[in-house]
Amino acid sequence: MSVIEVKNITKNYGGVTALNNVSVTFEENKICGLLGRNGAGKTTLLNLITGRIFADGGEILIDNERAAENDIAMSKVYCFGEQTLYPESMSVKKALEWTREFYPDTDFSYAEELADKFSLSVKKKIKSLSTGYNSIFKIIVALSCNAPVLLLDEPVLGLDANFRDLFYRELIACYSRRPKTIVISTHLIEEAADVIENVVIIKNGEIIISDMTQNILTKGYTVTGAAAAVDDFTKGQKLLGADTLGGIKSAYVLESGRPADVPEGIEVSRMKLQSLFIHLTNNGGIKK
Amino acid sequence: MHRELNSETPLFVQIAERLENAILSDALAEERQAPSTTEISVSYKINPATALKGITLLVDEGVLYKKRGLGMFVATGAKQAILLKRKNKFGDKFVKPMIREAEKLLISREEIINMIRSGFEK
Repeated sequence: MSVIEVKNITKNYGGVTALNNVSVTFEENKICGLLGRNGAGKTTLLNLITGRIFADGGEILIDNERAAENDIAMSKVYCFGEQTLYPESMSVKKALEWTREFYPDTDFSYAEELADKFSLSVKKKIKSLSTGYNSIFKIIVALSCNAPVLLLDEPVLGLDANFRDLFYRELIACYSRRPKTIVISTHLIEEAADVIENVVIIKNGEIIISDMTQNILTKGYTVTGAAAAVDDFTKGQKLLGADTLGGIKSAYVLESGRPADVPEGIEVSRMKLQSLFIHLTNNGGIKK
Repeated sequence: MHRELNSETPLFVQIAERLENAILSDALAEERQAPSTTEISVSYKINPATALKGITLLVDEGVLYKKRGLGMFVATGAKQAILLKRKNKFGDKFVKPMIREAEKLLISREEIINMIRSGFEK
């Protein structure tokens, strides 16, 4: 049970602004997708929450307590990141035991069960693991450590389709058994779309969307039909983009909800989260 | 009840429909236990809140009911109720779109009726 509040966070790297006055709340015991293009600021935001780097302005609260340099707040968070923070010569089994030092609630038998499901030999040394198995090792730690907050930055990096499938099933099962606040950042949006209850989209260091996934999928829709009819119908609506093919136009719209009356010859259809994301974050998509 | 979910209908509605289909086909008999929220969410890889919303929809319609401490069960009369509901929606869901498509293709009323007749004969 933990809520993360990010308040007016700004982070600069040299002269480059990675995050610009970002405010967002990750709700307690919800699974949230943190989506953004390469370099949008996702990892910076997650690293700030974990206290691995420091903000130039603003603050982050975990359960109403400032997270920065706060051991109690940090003990609630497990962050799955690009780096492996274990000594490389350590075996998987030793590393799992070590995890319990930081996360006393670690469920060791669940970790072993997961290692078995993912065919990870616990005798292996961390440095000998491939990219995929490195991700698997960190997934096992994340799922078994029982921290109330899981920050998963590209958890499926290097995993084949079967293991990505297994990961999402285990994540859901683990979350069902013991609800926790989970933030997943991934580029494989469609695979995560049905799992994430909330979605936060970050673009050029700013949050452009923070909403329930189901809501945003109602607000964004495609209008298809003869070009002139589509233009007429979408007049005054917020357009994210359009494609034309042989006189048939598809306009991508983001409004407060789907239109009730649709004239003959016009078709209104749902957009998948991934297409919505692409249209929102394309250069020229919506500005904040 | 397993097939890929689509994006056109809200997920929780699709979950409710899949359970209804299972009941219609007798795969899930009346007074038998329905799959749990966790089983459904793991099986379809969807958020448990979505699965719960689908189940709640069926509870509200009286198709499922909760047995304290045991889980969800299929109500007696559920199959009949679903049949009736689907029948009432048949016109809107299948006949209307068919007529709209036929109009686009300049198929006459008589032609459609003949097609339906011959469809029964096959």
